[in-house]
Amino acid sequence: MTSSSLALAAPARAALGSHPLTERYGPILTMVLALIAVWYVAAVAMNWHLVKDGFEREETPYTVSDILAGTMDAERPLLPAPHQIAENFFDSIFGYPPLAPRSLVYHSLVTLSATLLGFVLGAGFGVALALMIVHSRVLERSLLPWIICSQMVPILALAPIFIVVLGALGLQGLLPKAIISAYLCFFPIAIGMVKGFTSPDPLQIELMRTWSATPRQVLWKLRWPAAVPFLFASLKVAITISLIGAIVAELPTGAEAGIGARLLAGSYYGQTVQLWSALVASAVLSWGLISIIALVERGVNRSMGAR
Amino acid sequence: MDPRKFRLGLLLALAAMALAFAAPLGHGAPALLLRPGLWQASTGAAVLFGLAAWFADWRAIVPGLAGVIITASISLLLLRDPGIAGAAAAGFWAIVVAAWLAAAMAVVALAAQRPIRQERRRLINIAVPLLFGATVFYLWEVAVRGFGVPAVLLPSPSAAAARFAASLPVLAGDFNQTFIRGVLIGYTIGCGSGLLVAILAHRFEFLGRGLLPLGNFFSALPLVGIAPIMVMWFGFDWPSKAAVVALVTFFPMLVNAIAGLSAAGHIERDLMRSYAAGPRQSLAKLYLPAALPFIFNALKINATLALIGAIVAEFFGTPTQGIGFRISTEAGRMAIDMVWAEIALAALAGMAFYGFVTLAERATTFWHPSYRT
Repeated sequence: MTSSSLALAAPARAALGSHPLTERYGPILTMVLALIAVWYVAAVAMNWHLVKDGFEREETPYTVSDILAGTMDAERPLLPAPHQIAENFFDSIFGYPPLAPRSLVYHSLVTLSATLLGFVLGAGFGVALALMIVHSRVLERSLLPWIICSQMVPILALAPIFIVVLGALGLQGLLPKAIISAYLCFFPIAIGMVKGFTSPDPLQIELMRTWSATPRQVLWKLRWPAAVPFLFASLKVAITISLIGAIVAELPTGAEAGIGARLLAGSYYGQTVQLWSALVASAVLSWGLISIIALVERGVNRSMGAR
Repeated sequence: MDPRKFRLGLLLALAAMALAFAAPLGHGAPALLLRPGLWQASTGAAVLFGLAAWFADWRAIVPGLAGVIITASISLLLLRDPGIAGAAAAGFWAIVVAAWLAAAMAVVALAAQRPIRQERRRLINIAVPLLFGATVFYLWEVAVRGFGVPAVLLPSPSAAAARFAASLPVLAGDFNQTFIRGVLIGYTIGCGSGLLVAILAHRFEFLGRGLLPLGNFFSALPLVGIAPIMVMWFGFDWPSKAAVVALVTFFPMLVNAIAGLSAAGHIERDLMRSYAAGPRQSLAKLYLPAALPFIFNALKINATLALIGAIVAEFFGTPTQGIGFRISTEAGRMAIDMVWAEIALAALAGMAFYGFVTLAERATTFWHPSYRT
């Protein structure tokens, strides 16, 4: 999977180094540790002037170690240190009741609901579109090029208009955000499913014909099962895009709640640590959603008899 | 194509034209028969539809299309009448329905054609989606003007196009700020560094095994959220946008390029070894060419991501220029036609960018099986 697995045999290593677990997780762990180390160094370098200026403004005597300590827990640092972000993250999750407006859980739930609703809408629309395209040559030749074109358009740019138009129609809150998410995430699903529905071997389709199967039977007994791997691959892509859509949809509306609103507020008031912990929350959300889909995929694969 | 359904569709269009003569066009507007020139044209279109229904095969395409063009022009001319625009009645909508039905039938007939000659097939492959798109834009225009939808909600395509033509200097400034500075510079930095790190990861296996899972993890994150931080670090002007674009494009390139660099086959690698090629030679002559399809895949993904990243970054603060800035301020001022003009600009830029990458791909990976058919 990675780089050169040349025909050459790997040189013998120490027993610990060649253990499968260390082989697998050793490099990742090293990279993560290196990343954190670089982060700390960068935090010191970027916050140095900030802290130093602070000391000089107050005209208090200071030493190098004072500045070093200051860069680690500055109130509004340019780059907060990892432990500050972790502290703020856990504090804003467990420090308040889950539905308090200062709690990150509350904001995550607001964004999550828009994400999930948009994902369901987009997935349904994408699968329906794929079904129509697979069954109609006219649609395939007239609609498919436009669907592909629509993805070269930076669709997120449409977000403010959607919000304005839907707001003028009296729709506010969850639905406009969900529609933006759905609009963003239907595409990978539609394309993936078109590929999946057309993935059965021509021989198998001919076999269905010799059994005089109706189009519906071909769909349920051949095309759907063949499309399942494509479905999950595109669902994983789509759920991330859906989350991005929900977050971005919260930006131009000046929404009061949600991860996007939290990002916007953090950037307006210079609350860097809050900003970063909102980012961490979005990362956790995205990772969690993908893992849930991966779990469902494993279950479905097992029930379909795949090993 | 079922000729009976096809004939039925065209006969319905013919019936709709007949209805247009009988029903009122708008509230208080004179009927179609009282308009010299227009009623003759309508009769002509109806005759063309009848002719197309008579043929009901490939010969129906030319009269059908001619009828579509005539009916569409009639309906657009009628919209100039203030008694019809915003107050259209059954007769007017009958003309629109006739145009739409006949256009749909023409698309169906065109899509069913499978000419033997290569050029003709290519022409049809372009004509079908174009006709489809033109129909959608026509219906949008007619619906907005016929129902009198307020421009605050949804402007007609012609209004957006007029605004586009009228504000070319503003659009050029925004294009320069967002695309030339933000997107292109960030895209070059992001894709270039992604490729470099991938080459390093390919060279040193340990690095690769650590970076690939991390890259997969990061490319699944909502990275545009980093935009406010970049604005804080690099200021309001284009460097912050370029930084967001670079960050957003880095990980897809990294993941794809690592996959591509390990796509070279065993036999080719053994051949390079038996030639005693150095690492640099085998990189330039084997691994990079073999990785090109993957790299271009990343370049295409990134072309869209880059534009989105730059526009979103502009929501967090800009100098008073840029596509994203203009969209958010004009949407706030309810100048929706300007917003649509900016979206058209972004769409054109995005498509041109994507098309350019595709052309470059065709020129450099002509040897790949997917282009040799």
